[in-house]
Amino acid sequence: MARYVIRRILWGMLMLVTVAALTFVLFRVIPTGNPAVLRAGRDPQPKLIHEIEHVLGLDKSLPTQFWDFLKGVFLHFEFGYSYYNQESVVDLIKERLPATISLTVGAVVLWIFLGMGIGILSALRRHSATDRASMGGALILVSAPEFWLGLLLLLLFSNDVGKFKILPGSGSYVGITSDPWKWFTSLLMPWFVLAAGSAAVFARLIRGNLLEVMDEDYIRTARAKGLPEKQVVRQGVRASVNPVVTLMGLEMGLLLGGAVIIETVFNIPGVGLLAYHSIANADFAVIEGTVLLAAMFIIIANIVVDIVYAYLDPRVRYS
Amino acid sequence: MSAAEPLLRVEDLRVEFHTEDGVVHAVDGITYQVQAGRTLGIVGESGSGKTVSSLTTLGLTRYQGAHVSGRILFQGSDLVQAPDEELRALRGNELAMIFQDPLSSLHPLYKVGKQIIEAILTHREVSKKEARERAIELLGLVGIPDPRARVDQYPHEFSGGMRQRAMIAMALANDPKLLIADEPTTALDVTVQAQILALMERLQSELGMAIVIITHDLGVVAEMADDIAVMYAGRIVETAPAAEMFASPEHPYTWGLLRSIPRLERDRDERLVPIPGTPPSLIRPPSGCHFHPRCLYALPDHSRIDPKLEATHGETDHFVACLLEPEVRRRLWAELSAGATPEEAKEHVGLEGTSVP
Repeated sequence: MARYVIRRILWGMLMLVTVAALTFVLFRVIPTGNPAVLRAGRDPQPKLIHEIEHVLGLDKSLPTQFWDFLKGVFLHFEFGYSYYNQESVVDLIKERLPATISLTVGAVVLWIFLGMGIGILSALRRHSATDRASMGGALILVSAPEFWLGLLLLLLFSNDVGKFKILPGSGSYVGITSDPWKWFTSLLMPWFVLAAGSAAVFARLIRGNLLEVMDEDYIRTARAKGLPEKQVVRQGVRASVNPVVTLMGLEMGLLLGGAVIIETVFNIPGVGLLAYHSIANADFAVIEGTVLLAAMFIIIANIVVDIVYAYLDPRVRYS
Repeated sequence: MSAAEPLLRVEDLRVEFHTEDGVVHAVDGITYQVQAGRTLGIVGESGSGKTVSSLTTLGLTRYQGAHVSGRILFQGSDLVQAPDEELRALRGNELAMIFQDPLSSLHPLYKVGKQIIEAILTHREVSKKEARERAIELLGLVGIPDPRARVDQYPHEFSGGMRQRAMIAMALANDPKLLIADEPTTALDVTVQAQILALMERLQSELGMAIVIITHDLGVVAEMADDIAVMYAGRIVETAPAAEMFASPEHPYTWGLLRSIPRLERDRDERLVPIPGTPPSLIRPPSGCHFHPRCLYALPDHSRIDPKLEATHGETDHFVACLLEPEVRRRLWAELSAGATPEEAKEHVGLEGTSVP
């Protein structure tokens, strides 16, 4: 097990370098705009542009730039400075991390509870009105793009532009330490929108798995033992969540991608919004920092999921 | 409950499933009984209703939406009418069941010991520790070596035979009065089969429970059963004490079952006689005698008249549901057991106008 984890971590490192290389090349090859030109003001002189390029290190060859970048990241945990406002990328991210953590952790909790709850309920009341309504709802939520769903909710419920002014709208986010209640209410809609798609996928999967599992021989055995039905269902649920755990690792990636959109729609000052602005500003250093952070998080999440999976299913042993 | 009253008495039991294709008559009016401490073997092909009838005894077909009528009297009380909670209290307690496939019948994510312990804790007011000791004792009783270590292992760490032993241990956890064993050896290889059957016989003599063993394997019932019931298409077509059933079977279907298994004492060049055709649809079973389309001795009338399960001539515990004359049946079996083919037997007996399918 320990060897397996070490191997996974080493692979993860290699993956990070690859991700770094891809983002590095991608944003320099695609004409998003030359950061030096963007910084040089209106009608810039070529000389000025060259100077800025020199300061930012953009006049060096691509491999040299990449090597300098990698050295900074892996040796000194140093991601460079924003081209846009000279702030340290690490500081920029640190500053915005609490908002993103608030958003994503809340969404994951909501996602798991909604997904499991609705999935289990639907399976146990198969073909009932509850089942049909929740599976129909799940289908809509799977299909609805996040930006659309976010805007829809804002138009319906936000206290500025909404039809029913019951929840704080876009840009109302405050830190949990300054006003916990406002923090909570301002995040309700973002949590829901971010969790909706994954929760819907989860609910449908758990429903399907549980229906299958409840027909298994060992469920019949549990009933033949005279176990109370509640306990029988618990054994069924226990067996049906396992395959879904694997999916969680994959869904984490979608969740982070979603966070960029949600933070933009709801104007939450998190890492996602930072990434969005840095792309608009061709702020390469910040883009690379945020992308690497996201990649690192997804890799760690997947390693954790695999370890949890081995713990949940005694038949799985990594060697 | 008087002394003569059987432990289990099933009367005119009918089990139907309403499906999109129509109503499946899985069990179509069967009657049998089991005395305390005795073994009944129920024999038949797949889909003859033998598993459904025993699942119904435990009330397990309720979860599949079965429509049940008739009576199942266990120690005098009717299980068909019993509320769910009363049945649940009986299951795994006085009524226990083991299943065909021990690989899929144990929960893969729980330790074997836990699965036995929960069976004990459901029905007995004992501490977890006592239940655990009992589980270890049970594993030892069914012949699992080193039960103290095995109790903490998962099902996938057990071999097939050991898993069936563990299933038996689980079923015996609360000293059942009746154990229903549904094809307990089918999924196991032959040497392990013999061990499991020997184990069940030993446990029966030690614990004194009654056993209903369901199988398609006549060898298994020959070894285990005191009485045998032969099922075909949801009905019992013949029932008799085991020795009587093997010595003088009366139903052409039973003949077919007996003639289709190889026997060491027969000539090597004697051909096995398979039963032609396949079991009928239980949604639209054949008219008259359900077996008539596959019966080599069926007369034209047999597709119209429904045979009743009646006592055979001179016997009080041998019942058969066949429309042939008793004398004709006796002569046919005499010919067949002497090695004649069905065609020769019919010719010698002079059975006219038969419709061979």
